Formats: sequence, structure tokens, C-alpha cells
Amino acid sequence: MSNILIYPIIIPLLMAMVLVFFREKIRLQQWLTSISVLAVIAISAFTVYHVSEQGISVLELGGWSAPYGIVLVGDMLAVILVTVASFVTLMCLLFGFNSFEIGHKRHFVYPMILILLAGVNGSFLTGDIFNLFVFFEVMLIASYVLIVLGGKKIQLRESIKYVLINVIASTLFVIATGYLYSVTGTLNMAHLSERVAMASLDGLLTAISFLYLTVFGLKSGLLLFFWLPGSYSAPPAPIAALFAALLTKVGVYTIIRMFTLIFYHNPEVTHTVMMWMAAITMILGALGAISQWEIKKILSYNVIVSVGFILFGVSIATEQSLSGSLFYLIHDMLSKALIFITGGAIISIFGTDKLKEFSGLILFRPLLGWLFFIGVLALAGVPPLGGFVGKVMILKGAVAEGELIVSIIGLLTSLLVLYSVMKIFIHSFWGETLMSEGQEYSTGTNALLPGTILVVCIAGMGIGAEWIMTFISQATDVMVNPNIYIEAVLQQISP
Amino acid sequence: MKFTDVYLQTATKILVFIIMTFSIYVLFAGHNNPGGGFIGGLITASALILLYIAFDLQSVRDIIPVDFKKLAATGVLIAVLTGVVSLVLDVPFLSQTYTYVDLPFLGKTELASAMIFDLGVYLTVLGTTMTIITSISEDDI
Repeated sequence: MSNILIYPIIIPLLMAMVLVFFREKIRLQQWLTSISVLAVIAISAFTVYHVSEQGISVLELGGWSAPYGIVLVGDMLAVILVTVASFVTLMCLLFGFNSFEIGHKRHFVYPMILILLAGVNGSFLTGDIFNLFVFFEVMLIASYVLIVLGGKKIQLRESIKYVLINVIASTLFVIATGYLYSVTGTLNMAHLSERVAMASLDGLLTAISFLYLTVFGLKSGLLLFFWLPGSYSAPPAPIAALFAALLTKVGVYTIIRMFTLIFYHNPEVTHTVMMWMAAITMILGALGAISQWEIKKILSYNVIVSVGFILFGVSIATEQSLSGSLFYLIHDMLSKALIFITGGAIISIFGTDKLKEFSGLILFRPLLGWLFFIGVLALAGVPPLGGFVGKVMILKGAVAEGELIVSIIGLLTSLLVLYSVMKIFIHSFWGETLMSEGQEYSTGTNALLPGTILVVCIAGMGIGAEWIMTFISQATDVMVNPNIYIEAVLQQISP
Repeated sequence: MKFTDVYLQTATKILVFIIMTFSIYVLFAGHNNPGGGFIGGLITASALILLYIAFDLQSVRDIIPVDFKKLAATGVLIAVLTGVVSLVLDVPFLSQTYTYVDLPFLGKTELASAMIFDLGVYLTVLGTTMTIITSISEDDI
């Protein structure tokens, strides 16, 4: 028993409810929000340390033991992601404090962000597949509110699509879970893993695993990403940054969890399909990114490319490629937050989203320019930064398994990604300076603090890769040997 | 707009108390028998909605001056705080306990911590339902 796992879920939830009582006291809300997210970061960082010393920590809610009760499982994968997700949320909040409109602030934007964080952390930590669905819904409902808050025309249009696609995906999720339950008779993930390993119904379970792949493909933007660019460019910049850094990543996490813990028995079918889905995702996402001329759209397509790349590593499913995927996933959460925050600042300075109407910002906002440039390099995976390490590990793992074609696709799309974001940099920072001081729509200075912190972290990931790998390899151990996870959860129970 | 439906208004005045009583009964029956905070909250909400239909929005608001958003938030706080108590006592989150006490009039009564959780659910459901319905029914916010 270790109650520490519940704090990343209940601190944001409790604070969100407290904030409802201080609707008009915006400054107090901002302080309370920051303090509670800081507390979550501190606790989850301690949990990472705790798990690295003591191994997987399990909390049986209400004292009901697994597999009958619901458990929270803090393995390294989950606790690392909780820490990074909370950290990224704090960065988006720092950006948002000065860039949300007053209407947003008065209509519960901070409580909603906290509830979103509670849902995200819950999805990472839960060890029960139906509970996973519940936390997914908590996260999604908060995101529905956040995407529509403000009520602009484009937001209303995109939120209808977003809600519709997610309702369909959630329905499929419940259906798939129903099938899985009827085949295995359990919902606890560790127990499921055990039962699936024993069951001989190969075809049936493979079919169910494809249903799950569809569900999480819809949620994470793996191949079924048609809704994503529109939805992610509708809300204001800090919320778009939060969505880009967190929401699809939760989908990616669930795919990693499901296909390393439960459905790892038939990789010739499931993982091969996943690999080609990832390849097509990378190609289409990169083509989308280079064809767009609006900052938000370009960045949203970049989200898709990186999801493809991470899941390419997952589909190879060797120790090396999984480590690479996790490393790249963490890096991607940080760098997507960075590029969306700095990109959002550029949009707010020019007051428009159209690339062709920008130019010459570098004389005007040099620090913002360099932060964005480092974000560009990070997305492409240029050496001193963290992305390079992740990409190299994924590609090495893939080449070792003989998946040359998809590896080449991965490399080529990296170049296209570099081109697409470089295009933003060139158009907005180079060229003739069109505006003078005082003509800008907003100063854009609110992006500098979170931007600088994120750049330091991304550079730190590259330089301290060796140290970070000690934690990541522990997470990968569990992915490669599901028995570690199963034993930690079902200590006394025999199958 | 002013309703002048005497039958509806007279019936409502009586019915609201019956419905309210039943909802409280359902709430207390909750943790061992069919019922609970969720359905109790919905039944109370239906009593309040009946009031809204029989009388008008403004006069009901004068009788029950409650901000339903805050009521819902209070409910969630109560529900989560029952879990937090178990953190303080160093037992797994959401652990429950119960005891029997002799109360005047009621005799031997079971008091369960699940009851407080249910009360939180009750307030949340009531607050949320009423927020949704009042914000749909009024023109400006």
C-alpha cells in the first residue's frame, strides 16, 4: 500500500473544486493553481525516486485487493509521464496567466485545466481498464469545455467535430472492453495480461486488440487523425499547447501499455499493422505540415508526425526501440509545449495566423526568435538536444530488426518536419521588419519564461541523456517483461 | 410571465415535500439497498424542477437562494475529502468504515463513512442537474 500514488489525482481535483468558490478572484486562482501543480510535480518527482529505489508501487483503492478492486499502479513508465505531464501543464499555465482573456478566467478555465490534469494523471496511473476509460472521460470532458470556451465561430465548429469523434471513440472503447471482459472475465490489467497469455482464442483476442488499436488510434492521432489539425488549431494558444503536449500522448501511452502488457502475443499481426499505420501517419502528417500556411495548422500536423514516430518505435517492440520511444515521448511533450507556446506568442504579436503576412520579427523579439529556433531544432532531432537520442535509439532498434523501409520513411519525414517548421521561422523572423514598437497586437513576453525553462529542459535531456536513461531503462524492463508488472500487482493471487 | 394555474401550484406545494422526503430516504438507503446519492440527487432535482414549472424562475430563486455551481463543487469536495480522511489515517485511499450508534427516536442506527461519500454525490448531482436546467431555461447568463 502506498497512498502516494493518489496525490497527483486528488490534489488537482480538490483544488479545482476550491477554485469554483473564488470565481472573481483571478489572482488568487492563479496562485492556488500554480501551487497545487507545483505540489503535484514535487510529489510525482519523489514518486519517480521512490519507484527507482523500491520498484513498482501499487495502491489498492479502498483496501480491496486486485484483481477484484481497482488498483493504481505506479511503474516507472507511468510515474515519469505523470511528472512530465504535470510539469508541462505548469509551463502552459505560466504562458496562460497573461494571455487568457478575462472571459476565460472568469469562466473556470483554471479549474478545467486542473481537472484535465487529474484525468491525464489518472489515465497514466490506473491499473484497471475500465477505470482507464473513466479517467479518459474525465480528461475528455475537461477538454470539451476548454476547446469551446470563448465561443468563437471556429471553436464551435471544431468542438462539434471533436466531441463527436471522441464520443464515437469512447463508445468503441466501452464495446471493446465489454468484449475483452466477456472473453477473459477480468478488467484488471495485470490479471488481463495473465488471462490473455493463457487463453487459446487467438483470433478473437487479435480482433479485440485491433478494436483497441482503432480506439486509441482515434484518440492519439495514429492514422485516424483527420479531426486533429482542425481541433487543435481552434482553442487559444495556451490550451492548444496543453492539448498538443498532453492529450494525444495519453493515447500513445495507452497503446504502449496495451500492446506491451496485454496484447504482445501476436506481434506478427498486430505490431506489423501498427508499424504500417505509423508509417502512413508519418507520411501524411509530414505532407500536411509542409502544405499548410498557417502556424497553428503546421504545428498540429507536426503533432501527428511525432505520434507516428513514437508508435513506430513501439511497434518494433525491442528493448532499444521501446526505450527510444519513451525517451522521444518525453522529449516530444516538452518540445511540443515549447513550439506551441512560442508559436502562440508569434501569432499574438502579429494578430494573425497567416505565414505570408509575417516578417522580420528577429530585430524586434530576438529572444523569442531564438527560443522558437531551438524548438524547431528539437522537433527535427538535431544532436545536442534530447530528440536526437530518442530518434537514434528508435532507428537503431528498427534497423536491427530489419525494418529498413519504415526507418527511411522516419528519417525523410524528420527532414520534412524540419522544413515545415523552418518555414515558420523564416517567414516570421527573417526579412524586412514591417512593424515598429507599439504596433504589435501584444508583447509576446509571456512566452519567454516558460519557453526558456522548456529549452533548458530539452537541452538538459540531450546532455543528461545518460542519467535519464537509468530511469527509462527501468521503465523499459517492465515493458519487455510484463511479469514484473503482474507480480507487483497480483502479489498473493494465483491465476 | 406569471402562471395562474391553481391546481398545479396547490398540488406542487404538497408533492414537493413528498418527493423531497422520498429522495432523502433513497439517499440514506443508498449504501446497502437500492438507491444512493446519484438517484437521490436526481429525485430532489425533479422536485425543484416541479417548483420551477409551477411557479416562475425568479420566485423559486428567491425561496432557494443557492448557487448550484457552488453546491456541485461542495459535493465533489465532500466526496473527495472522505477519501482524504483515509490518507490522514494512513489506510488505502477511499477505505470505508461503519459503526452502530443509538440515536434518539431512530434507535440503533448504522453510521457509515460511505454515507458521507453518498452525500457528496447527492449534492454534486443536484448541483449539476440544476445548473444545466436553469442555464438552458434562462435567456441570458
